[in-house]
Amino acid sequence: MAVEAISEGSAKSDFWDGVRLSMPVVVASAPFALLFGAIAVDNGFSVLEAFLMSALVFGGASQMVGIELFGQHVAPWLIVLSIFAVNFRHVLYSAGLGRRISHWPVIQQALGYFIMTDPQYAVAEARAASGKAVGFVWYLGLGLPVYVFWVVESALGAVFGKLIPDTHALGIDFLLPIYFLGLVLGFRKRPLWLPVVMASAVASIIAYKTVGSPWHVSIGAVAGMLLAVILPPHHSGVGERP
Amino acid sequence: MSTTLWIIIAGAIATYLTRVGGHLVISRFENIHPRVEAGLNAVPAAVLTTLVAPAALSAGPAEWAALVVTALASLRGGLMAMFLAGTAVLILARQFVG
Repeated sequence: MAVEAISEGSAKSDFWDGVRLSMPVVVASAPFALLFGAIAVDNGFSVLEAFLMSALVFGGASQMVGIELFGQHVAPWLIVLSIFAVNFRHVLYSAGLGRRISHWPVIQQALGYFIMTDPQYAVAEARAASGKAVGFVWYLGLGLPVYVFWVVESALGAVFGKLIPDTHALGIDFLLPIYFLGLVLGFRKRPLWLPVVMASAVASIIAYKTVGSPWHVSIGAVAGMLLAVILPPHHSGVGERP
Repeated sequence: MSTTLWIIIAGAIATYLTRVGGHLVISRFENIHPRVEAGLNAVPAAVLTTLVAPAALSAGPAEWAALVVTALASLRGGLMAMFLAGTAVLILARQFVG
């Protein structure tokens, strides 16, 4: 009885520990959730579809990319492939996180991977690096608020987005390129960043002018990746964590 | 079911595969080939650049000003600061140049 009470108390404090760490992520992602909802509706999604995409995909950048391509009437398979491509970095997180949570029951692991985002991975890795165990309850405390706010704010953005009369004056049609440029610049510490960005930029512009949209996305992305693969490994600094 | 719904469901499955796949697949290998790893590292910047470059090329002065300010803000702030600075400039500039 006493032992039970103690473990229950520590689980509770573990949970709130996680919730406390989630707050900066919740605040920082709020504008993007609202933005996603508004843009989704602007690109032809219903409020329910915007809500569902946030609830099921739960990956900000990939949702933005998906919506942008949807608005450009790109073939469905290419939209799904692009979502996959943007989220592909999770494969590396997943391999890293696996070392921390492989002792959890399988159902908990399955849920843990579902709510794994960039900050979720980063904060969990930081906790593991500080010598503390990454427990399911703590992990849930960290991830659940981010998920709930993300989904609710997406729906709010979708409802609100319908009420915006002049989306051009508010710049909504060009917010995504700004957001994506911010993301691209956020990766600038990575090895080969500038050559990859230059190759992708040049290839995507040429493809955009010749082959046309949406192929410029795949062609440009492949050009940047190929460059990173072809250049000698010592340039790409692999072996370090990204 | 509508095409949109299929896209959402397939996108969700594809995303979940990336989240669980690294653990299921990559952890079984002793090590990844350095060139494959270099290619994987390049994925986010490569994909995202293709969504900026052509859009920037076919845009106007208001959009260019916003992108320049976004890039400048990246020297100091995080994603949030970049985004807010770029957006503020875009909205402001569009009041004057449409």
